[in-house]
Amino acid sequence: MAVVFDRPHALADVPMHYCPGCGHGIIHRLVAEAIDSIGAEGRTVGVASVGCSVFSYNYFNVDMVQAAHGRAPAVATGVKRANPENIVFTYQGDGDLAAIGTAETVHSAARGENITVIFVNNAIYGMTGGQMAPTSLPGQVTQTSPYGRDVATVGYPVKVCEMLSQLDGPAYIERVAVNSVANIRKAGRAIKKAFRYQDEKKGFSLIEVISTCPTNWGMTPEKAMKWAEENMIPYYPLGVYRDKYAEKK
Amino acid sequence: MAEKVLMKGNEAIAEAAISCGCRHYFGYPITPQTEVAAYMAKRMPKIGGTFLQAESEIAAINMVIGAAAAGVRVMTSSSSPGISLKGEGISYMAGCDLPALIVNVQRGGPGLGGIQPSQSDYFQATRGGGHGDYHLIVLAPASVQEMAELTVRSFDLADKYRVPCMLLADGTMGQMMEPVTLGQSGGGTAEKPWALTGTGMRRPHNIINSLSLTPDELERWNVDRYKRYAQIAANEVMYEEYLCDDADVIVVGFGIAARVARNAVNSARAAGIRAGMFRPITLWPFPKEALFARAATAKAFVSVELSMGQLIEDVELAVRCTRPVSLCSRTGGMIPSPAEVLAAIKAAGAAQKGGN
Amino acid sequence: MTKNILIAGFGGQGVLFTGKFLAYAALLEDRQLSWLPSYGPEMRGGTCNCSVIVSDEPVGSPIVTEPDVLIVMNRPSLDRFESAVVPGGEIYVDSSLVDRKVERTDVTVHYVPATALSTERGFDGIANMILLGSVIEHSAVIDKKDIPAAMAKVVSAKHKDLYEFNIRAIELGFSC
Repeated sequence: MAVVFDRPHALADVPMHYCPGCGHGIIHRLVAEAIDSIGAEGRTVGVASVGCSVFSYNYFNVDMVQAAHGRAPAVATGVKRANPENIVFTYQGDGDLAAIGTAETVHSAARGENITVIFVNNAIYGMTGGQMAPTSLPGQVTQTSPYGRDVATVGYPVKVCEMLSQLDGPAYIERVAVNSVANIRKAGRAIKKAFRYQDEKKGFSLIEVISTCPTNWGMTPEKAMKWAEENMIPYYPLGVYRDKYAEKK
Repeated sequence: MAEKVLMKGNEAIAEAAISCGCRHYFGYPITPQTEVAAYMAKRMPKIGGTFLQAESEIAAINMVIGAAAAGVRVMTSSSSPGISLKGEGISYMAGCDLPALIVNVQRGGPGLGGIQPSQSDYFQATRGGGHGDYHLIVLAPASVQEMAELTVRSFDLADKYRVPCMLLADGTMGQMMEPVTLGQSGGGTAEKPWALTGTGMRRPHNIINSLSLTPDELERWNVDRYKRYAQIAANEVMYEEYLCDDADVIVVGFGIAARVARNAVNSARAAGIRAGMFRPITLWPFPKEALFARAATAKAFVSVELSMGQLIEDVELAVRCTRPVSLCSRTGGMIPSPAEVLAAIKAAGAAQKGGN
Repeated sequence: MTKNILIAGFGGQGVLFTGKFLAYAALLEDRQLSWLPSYGPEMRGGTCNCSVIVSDEPVGSPIVTEPDVLIVMNRPSLDRFESAVVPGGEIYVDSSLVDRKVERTDVTVHYVPATALSTERGFDGIANMILLGSVIEHSAVIDKKDIPAAMAKVVSAKHKDLYEFNIRAIELGFSC
């Protein structure tokens, strides 16, 4: 019987703790596919961060280290500098990457550190139960913005791809989403390209993935997909923000 | 024998680290330890190593975590305010059982403090410094030669026990030059099957992690780690004794304070006072048994320190309050003079005579 | 024998360099020694001092609080350290820059117009070496024969002219 669908080899065969409808499961799969696509499972080291994806170290069949909140790009830098032949990626959420870890994010990008950063933006702190994230939308109701994010007092969301694309360091920056089949396919291609770039020693890449959090958004998974489409993607336009090597052609 | 050279303490640390196989250094500039970074910046590119100036002390210690997790010998250095910033990372390293060297060339505090020598990070160093149940192995050099030797020893101990080690120096030790003979230890030989180098598709994946949401599991991890600490305490204590055998008054001090105390002890002896010096070299584990043994004959102890009274607590604990312990200290970047220590020795001796 | 030497002046006068020279000479003689600078912003234009201890015994504290030999290259340094010198000690003063006499009567004082001499001979900025020459002549801190080798340690081979200047300045100081 022909196999038409299977688990990527780099994805561990264990139950995940994520909520129904959460985007992490899809994104984990895409990352594992990317690792498989360059045949790098045996030489990949992943860096898990703090947030819902903290347990991602259990879900990939690759060596994993769990970093302190926000510090994953610095930890990845240490791993990569120690063994440059390893493929090194971080897997971070919005609070981790765009709030507490902003400095590590910006400077690893500025250095052009040859690592791949997977940035999952679902506009909320999931692990701690739904607080306002640096990427929560203006007006978005969360546990710590119960009257909606008031930009007059807490300011505006951080647009990571736009910000980092101003730097000379990064090789590749793209924003993708996993709220529809078409977008998931595009996201998979982007993540594969990011890993391939690292394998080709092209330098820093970051893929921002617009994802959903039905639990903390207080919606059904289906409604959450729609909410991402109608609210997040207009604020965070998808597309390539930086591709040093495409520019050179 | 290798040639004697003149070197600053900070440079001796750097060269000694290189001599024992450290090829990765991550740091951030801060006085008075910047020579370590400058030395590494010059040497590492020439020997295929990594010198990276991080964007912060926080990033630097996390780079150390990454490289240590990848199985290489790695270090960072900083001074007091920078070590506070590294505190989070150091706690993670302890929780992840990662070996590495952290150098603290102390300056006066709290806050931004000053840039002159201090020992006021004693509590921070010997009690761990970050959150959670853990210890570092803490070594305190008192000469440029020891800056080099204890650097090598730190790496060896760190690898042997999978514990981060701290070299606790001060601005004087970092800035002074003395003749030093550098050895070649050739690098660590510790096997690191836990290191993250990629599975090679030959083994299950390695995970380096300090998180457990199951309390009984986390307790087990901590208890296991403390078993290792007990081995360290049993096997790795280091100290120096100077004229302690017949001493009525024993001065206890480490690093620069011990150097000053040695002068004072000589002056006291010249004046007919039986004084001695006890210098802990491992601050954790503290040489408490050896010091307690001295309490059998010595009548009084004086803690000499560049802090408001931190070391003195360990001295009191070690002698189990069987003998009086007085404090001779300066702080904020000031250093006790030999005359001040001599006065403290005399006072401690006189109090005992008066008391008996 | 132990000599506790304190060199003090403004940053830029070669205070640390002078100390380094002595330290290297002592190293060549295989004696015990320590060299400790004041460090930090003081180094850049403010007052600056340097402790050097040369001894036949292991060196205790590297901080010279009671110098046997004090070399002062400005007035504030004399004001600050004159009283610290041990009775019977020696003070070397750059008398071109220090506008007062030493008040102590229990020490030996050498007034060396080092800065004026240095300018006169056309090698500005090596007053420190002229003073050092006087110290070497009178104080027996190091052996004269070690001067060339010690100088080679502190002046890089790229600056042969500087090497010569410094040696000549020390020799000039012998007669001061």
